[in-house]
Amino acid sequence: MAKETIALTPAMPKCWNPDSKPHKFCPGCGHGLTLKMLGQAIDELGIQDKVIFGCDIGCSLLSWDFFNVDSVQTHHGRTTPVITGIKRARPELIGIAYMGDGGGYAIGAQHLVNAATRNEKITAILINNTNYGMTGGQMAPTTLPGQITETTPFGRDPEDSGYPTMGPEMVAAIAREGAYVARGSMANLRQLKRFLKKALENQMEGNGFSFVEVLSSCPTNWRTNAEATWRFVEKDMAEHFPVGEFKVPGKKEEK
Amino acid sequence: MKEKPVKGERRVFMTGNEVCAWAALAADADIMFGYPITPQTDIMQYWTRLAPKYGKKFLQTEDEISAGFTTLGAVIAGKRAFSATTGPGNVLFQEPMSMAEMMRIPVVLIIPMRGGPSTATVIYSQQEVTMTAFGGNGEGFRVVYSTAGHQDLYDYTIKAFNTAWKYRFPTFVLSDGYQGKMRESLTIYDPAERGIEMVKAEPMLGLPGIPGVDRPTRHLRNTYNTEEELYEVVMQIARDFEKAAPEIVEWQDFDTDSEMDVLILAHGVVSRAAQGALPLLKNEGIKAGHFRPITLRPMPEEQMRAAAARANRVVVVESAYGQFLKLVKETLYGMDKPIDAILRPGVGITAEEIVAEIKERR
Repeated sequence: MAKETIALTPAMPKCWNPDSKPHKFCPGCGHGLTLKMLGQAIDELGIQDKVIFGCDIGCSLLSWDFFNVDSVQTHHGRTTPVITGIKRARPELIGIAYMGDGGGYAIGAQHLVNAATRNEKITAILINNTNYGMTGGQMAPTTLPGQITETTPFGRDPEDSGYPTMGPEMVAAIAREGAYVARGSMANLRQLKRFLKKALENQMEGNGFSFVEVLSSCPTNWRTNAEATWRFVEKDMAEHFPVGEFKVPGKKEEK
Repeated sequence: MKEKPVKGERRVFMTGNEVCAWAALAADADIMFGYPITPQTDIMQYWTRLAPKYGKKFLQTEDEISAGFTTLGAVIAGKRAFSATTGPGNVLFQEPMSMAEMMRIPVVLIIPMRGGPSTATVIYSQQEVTMTAFGGNGEGFRVVYSTAGHQDLYDYTIKAFNTAWKYRFPTFVLSDGYQGKMRESLTIYDPAERGIEMVKAEPMLGLPGIPGVDRPTRHLRNTYNTEEELYEVVMQIARDFEKAAPEIVEWQDFDTDSEMDVLILAHGVVSRAAQGALPLLKNEGIKAGHFRPITLRPMPEEQMRAAAARANRVVVVESAYGQFLKLVKETLYGMDKPIDAILRPGVGITAEEIVAEIKERR
């Protein structure tokens, strides 16, 4: 007889792929929680059979088989155009482009800017963890001033290496009416789920580009314990990157 | 039933770029993505004028990287999508084309070659052979048709869609700026009326039913965890490519049946000069033949070797500094055959020039 399962299976969103669980993200990483909220949003909207999930390069690629939704892993920065192509070809599908801050704000910045400008009817979700996690903790476009990374070993000096990219602020400035733009945080999951759900609904309604940046943790590369990790996400990052909605079609933003 | 863009057969006088747009329409391509670059741009311009009449779509992207990846997205979603580019745009296209190679995403890219390296000229060359056949961080699992005139452009653009979708390798139609910009007579036709059936474009993602419940979930990737895992994947692609190669290769030969003093090897529009040189050489008392590979990848190896075996020497002629020559050397490896070359990077070559060079080097 097969070995008995003694541990209880934790509650997972219905659209998660149980075969790829436990997932491959580091302990304490914010990807898992974000993808849990995204999974719940997909379940609640009942769109598992319509979603095409695209993931980028970097830690986000570890989500290539995360969901039981049709998925495609692309190249670094190129998830936005791949999902754009899918959505243009089959507008009835719901395209999600899932990427990190390097993919969205550095190597694929032109795609994010132009998809937002054209008001592509896709949903882009970007994990901001202030560094390049997969390659071992180098400076990202979102690294905070003074923050130590492998390529800013003495702290990021904005004079020398620039200021952090303010993604949702930029996207909100260039996107037209119909776009949905927000910044959520793993420190407030209920709000994050609301933002993700609205970003998907906005695409389903055919309004325009939807973009959610997620403040997320990277204790492995930050070299922080639980307390310091949480403090960095909840306090330090939120001070630089205000959480809230930046653009809501026809409605008031939630601050 | 939607209206067919090309009905029956029609004699036309068009630029090569216009021919490509008509061929893509006739092949029932659904959508084109592209970015302007000379001398490719008018393929897009003709497409954007013609496509809406037949319910077909277009998107002008922010760059060629995006044009390549949006094309792949549309193919993944089940559409017959294509693009066109050249020169520095072809450089940027290598990234999406390497993904297509790895993930077996069928895609058609039309390339009217311009001068290189770098920005160089917007006019003409055959300098994109190496990049098109072997570019990206890949292994050259690609199909490359090299066209020598407007009828070729029509025939092989249609054929490229079927080759790509049948064998699932990225498929390229090499043209050049001369062909793209000049007019020539040709016959355009409805492929169906010639018995050419278009291979159906099936979606790789977005199939009916709830994934994981009604059917297995499709998870497409190009990332692997171990060397061995990757090795198995790449070797499978290699075996598929080797198996398909004999079915894909195409060539033309001219006066190669008997013993020759010299065999001229040329591809693309330079083949037209080589064909023109044959009667001139005959008048000079030189027994010459010409072999033209239509597919540069895979190369018609057996056929080229057989032709070369009947010649005392071979002369490679190309508008590049030895890109085709390298392919010829690889193909003829082990044969005791002198190989000479007329290399004119970025410059056109006439029949008279070939004759003069061959006489001089006798």
